[in-house]
Amino acid sequence: MQVSDIKKKASEMLLSGEVKRVIGWKKGEFDYDLTPATFESVEELEDFVYDGFCGANLSKYLIKESKKEGKTLVFMKPCDTYSFNQLLKEHRIVRDNVYVVAIDCEGKLDIDKIKSKGIKGILSVKEDGDEVIIDTIYGESKVVKGEVMLEKCLTCKSKEHVAYDESMAQGVENVSLDRFSEVAKLEAMTADERYEFWRGELSKCIRCNACRNVCPACSCVKCVFDNDASGVSAKSNANEFEESMFHIIRAFHVAGRCTDCGECSRVCPQHIPLHLINRKFIKDINTLYGEYQAGADVDSRGPLTNYTTDDLDPSDIFGGNK
Amino acid sequence: MQRIGVFVCWCGSNIAATVDVERVAEAVKSEPGVVFSTQYQYMCSENGQQLIRQAIKEHNLTGVVVCSCSPRMHEATFRKTAESAGINPYMVEIANIREQVSWIHKDIEEGTEKAIILARTAIAKVNLNAPLTAGETKVTKRALVIGGGIAGIQSALDIAEAGYEVDIVETKPTIGGRMAQLDKTFPTLDCAACILTPKMVDVAQNEKITLYTYSEIEDVKGFVGNFSVKIRKKARYINEDACTGCGVCMNACPSKKGLNEFNQGLNNRPAIYIPFAQAIPNIAVIDPQQCLKIKNGKCGLCAMKCPSNAIDYTQTDEIVEREYGAIVVATGYKTIDLDKFGEYAYNESKDVVTSLELERLMNAAGPTKGTLLRPSDGEHPHDITFIQCVGSRDTSGCGKPYCSKICCMYTAKHAMLIREKYPDVKVHIFYIDVRTPGKNYDEFYRRAAEQYGVDYIKGMVGKVYPQPNGKLLVQGSDLINNEQVLIESDMVVLATAIEPEPSVRRIATLLTTSIDTNNFLTEAHAKLRPVESPTAGIFLSGVCQGPKDIPETVSQASACAAKVIGLLAKNTLKGNACVAGPDESMCNGCSVCANVCPYGAITYVDKEFRLGGGKTETRRVSQVNQAICQGCGACTVACPSGAMDLKGFANKQIMAEVEAICKR
Repeated sequence: MQVSDIKKKASEMLLSGEVKRVIGWKKGEFDYDLTPATFESVEELEDFVYDGFCGANLSKYLIKESKKEGKTLVFMKPCDTYSFNQLLKEHRIVRDNVYVVAIDCEGKLDIDKIKSKGIKGILSVKEDGDEVIIDTIYGESKVVKGEVMLEKCLTCKSKEHVAYDESMAQGVENVSLDRFSEVAKLEAMTADERYEFWRGELSKCIRCNACRNVCPACSCVKCVFDNDASGVSAKSNANEFEESMFHIIRAFHVAGRCTDCGECSRVCPQHIPLHLINRKFIKDINTLYGEYQAGADVDSRGPLTNYTTDDLDPSDIFGGNK
Repeated sequence: MQRIGVFVCWCGSNIAATVDVERVAEAVKSEPGVVFSTQYQYMCSENGQQLIRQAIKEHNLTGVVVCSCSPRMHEATFRKTAESAGINPYMVEIANIREQVSWIHKDIEEGTEKAIILARTAIAKVNLNAPLTAGETKVTKRALVIGGGIAGIQSALDIAEAGYEVDIVETKPTIGGRMAQLDKTFPTLDCAACILTPKMVDVAQNEKITLYTYSEIEDVKGFVGNFSVKIRKKARYINEDACTGCGVCMNACPSKKGLNEFNQGLNNRPAIYIPFAQAIPNIAVIDPQQCLKIKNGKCGLCAMKCPSNAIDYTQTDEIVEREYGAIVVATGYKTIDLDKFGEYAYNESKDVVTSLELERLMNAAGPTKGTLLRPSDGEHPHDITFIQCVGSRDTSGCGKPYCSKICCMYTAKHAMLIREKYPDVKVHIFYIDVRTPGKNYDEFYRRAAEQYGVDYIKGMVGKVYPQPNGKLLVQGSDLINNEQVLIESDMVVLATAIEPEPSVRRIATLLTTSIDTNNFLTEAHAKLRPVESPTAGIFLSGVCQGPKDIPETVSQASACAAKVIGLLAKNTLKGNACVAGPDESMCNGCSVCANVCPYGAITYVDKEFRLGGGKTETRRVSQVNQAICQGCGACTVACPSGAMDLKGFANKQIMAEVEAICKR
C-alpha cells in the first residue's frame, strides 16, 4: 500500500463526485507536525500526507462532516475504526453519508520521544523497517523505531479494521505489549502511593481541554464542563477541583465507551498518562463483566448500560462489604 | 423565593430524648427561605397536623419541612396535610431525625447538630422544589403466581375466589411442590396428599386459574399494575390436549434409568413419565436428556403405543407473553447440599438419609410402597438415629445461620410414626434445643417423648461411622448426663436445613426486588408489611420469604392474596409524579438512557433545532413516556451529558442537599 495509491483513491472519488470531501492528514509547518484536515478538491489534496506522524484519530470529525450534504470519504487506521463503530452505536454519525477506506498502520511515531533523545534541528523523518532515520541540520541520526513509537501504538490493540466500505490494507503483523501492565503497576501501589502518583501527574494539568476535545467519546452536544447549570463547569485553573476532579469525571463519563484509542495521552501537552485512568476502568470492566472491547461492533450493549441476570456484584470479585 | 415552614417533631421521647428539638427549631430560622419554625410533641397527631395547616395559612407558606421519622412512615400523612391546606403535596420534604439521628446517637450534642444539618438539607431541597402532579395508570386485573406449591396454590385459589384471573407458573411438570412429597403432616398426622390434592384439583377446575406447568419466567418488564411477563413453556414433547394421562407410555419406555425426582432420586423412572398418580395436570412429559428417540433418533416406542397419538418429538419451547397487575413469588425451598457435612457419612452410606428422603421411604407411593426398609439391603431396621440441626443454626460457614423452623416438629412426627407402626424399632434423637411454638405443637412433641418412648438426647453428633457389618455407629455427646454416647443404628436420618430454591435469585433480579444474604426475599417491613416486597406490586408467599411450616405458609399465602386482591380491585393507580425528562438541547441521542431504562419508557424522535443565524439542525433526541416512567433515576446517572433529569430529585436539588450537608 503506497501513499500515492491512497491519494489516487481520494482524487478519483472526488472527481467522480461520489464523495464531496475527504478527511485525512495535512502537512504542518514541520514534517512531524501533521493535523487532520478536510479536502474538497483535487488541488487541495496536494497537501495530503500519510506517514509515521498520522497518529491522529479521524473518527470524531465525522460527527460534523457526516451531517453535511453529500458523502465524506475517510481513511482509517485499524484503531480509528473502533471509535467509528462506537460513535455509530451512539447514533452520532450518519453512516450512509460516510465512505470508509481501511488503510494499514505499522505504528506511529512520537516526536517528543525523538526529541527527548537529544535530536535537534529535525528536517525530516523516514522509516526504514525497524529503524527511524532522522535528517537534521546537524546530520543524520538513526533510532530504533520501538523506542520512539507512540504509547498507544506500543500497546496496539489490533491491526485489523472492524469497519470499512473498502479496504486498501494489506495486513501488518501486530507485535504489541500488554496494555494492562502499567495499570497493574498502579494497582500494586498502596493507596497513599497511588494518590501521590496521581497528585503529581494531575497537578501538571493546565486545563487546556485538549484531551476532551480530541476524545471521540467526549462528543456531547453540550459538555458538562461547558454547562453553567451543571455545577462543574469551569475554564480556569481556579482551585484544586480542576486537577482533582476534571479527569476523573471525564473518565467516568467515557467508562464503558472508551475504545482505548490513546488520543488523550497523545495530545496532552503536559504528558499526563491519562490513558491509564481509562485503562484501569477497562481492566475492571473486563474483570467484572468479561472481556469487552468498546467499538468492536455496533450492536452489542456496553457492559455498563447492559444488565444480565448473571451480573456479579463488584464485591463478589473485589471483596469488601456487601 | 419560597416561604418555608419547618416543623420539628419530638415523637414523644423518641426524638426529644437525644435531640434538642427547640434548638433545632431555633437554628433553622435563619436558613434561606424559612419564615416560620416550631416544634411539637407529636406532629403526626391531628393537633400536630392542624398546626401545620394553620401555619401554612397564617404565613402563606409555599413549602414545608417536617423533621420527624422516616419518610416511609409519615411522608404520605404530611403530604396530605399540606394538600388539604392548599399547597402542592410535593412541596413537602421530610428530614429524618429519628431513624437517622435519635435512634442511632446517644449524645444529645451530636444528635442535635446532626438533626440541624438534616433539617438544613431538606430546606435546601424545598427551596428548589416545584409543584408536581401525578398521572394515573390502569391496572391489569390479572395476577401471576410464580410457584405451584401449597403457597402458590393457596394464593391463587384465594385471588381467583375474589373473581380475578390468576396464572400459575411452575417449573416442575406438576403443581403440588414439596407438600406433595410429604407423607403425613404435623401436628394432626393427617396424610399430606389427602389434604393437598383436593386443593390441586380445585386449581385445575377453577375457570379463573390458568396453569403453566413445566414453565419458567423468561423476562419481566413493567411496574405495579402493568407487568408484562414472558413465560417459557418448555417442550414436554406431548400434545397436552390429546394426552389422557393413561400411563401406557411409561410402561412402553425402554429407558427406565432416570432418577425419580418426586422420590428424591431414591428410585428410577422412565424417560417419559407422569411425576405421581395425582399430578396436575395429569399429562406425561419426556425428559429429553434421557429419551432415546430425542437423543439419537432410535426408539419411538411410546409414540407407537400411545392410544391418543399425543407424542410429538419435534415439539419446541414456546414463549407466552402475558400482562399482569400483580406478581406473587412462591418459589419455595430445597434441602441444602450435604457435601460439606462429611462427618454424617451421607455420601458414604445409603442408610444415611435426609428427612425429606425419609418422607418418601415411609410413603405408600414411595419406592418401598410405604414399608420402612433399610435402603442398603431392604431389611427391616431396628435402630434409627435422628440428628437435628444438620446445617441449621450453623455459624461455622458450612451451613445456614438461621433455624429451619420445621425440623423439630417433623422429626417428632417421624419418630412417632415409626414407633406407632413398628413398635420394635428404637428411635434416638440428638437435638440442640427442641423448638415447638405453635398451636398444639408442644403437646405433640411431649407425646413423642413421653408416650411414644422416643429417646431424646440433648447433644450433638460428632461423627457417623459406617461399620463393616453394615450398621452405622453414631458417636455423639449427651450433655445432660455429661457423657459420650455410641449408638449402633440401622439408619441415620438428618434433619437437613432448608434454603430457598436457588432459582429465586434470578427471579428476584428479574423482578428488581431485594434478597437477603441467605437468598430469602426481603419483605417491605418485617412487622407491618410482611407479605409485600419493597417493590410495588410484588408479593411474597411461603418459604421464599423465610422458613415456614404448612399452617404458617397457608396463612401467609392467604394474606398475600388479600394484598393482591386489594391492588386488583382498583381500576387505576395514582402514578408517579417524579418522572424523568430530557433537556433536548443537550441530548446526544446516544441511546444510553433507553438501554438502562428498566421500564421501556424511553423512545427517540428526530427533531429540528435552531442553531442561530437562520440555520437549523435535525437531531435524534430522547422522549420519556411519563405514564410508564417510575422515577428510578437510572437514566439520569447514565446520561453522559446530564441532559436527563428527574422531577423532584433533580441533579440540582441533590447537589444542593449535598452542599447543605457539607457546609459548616
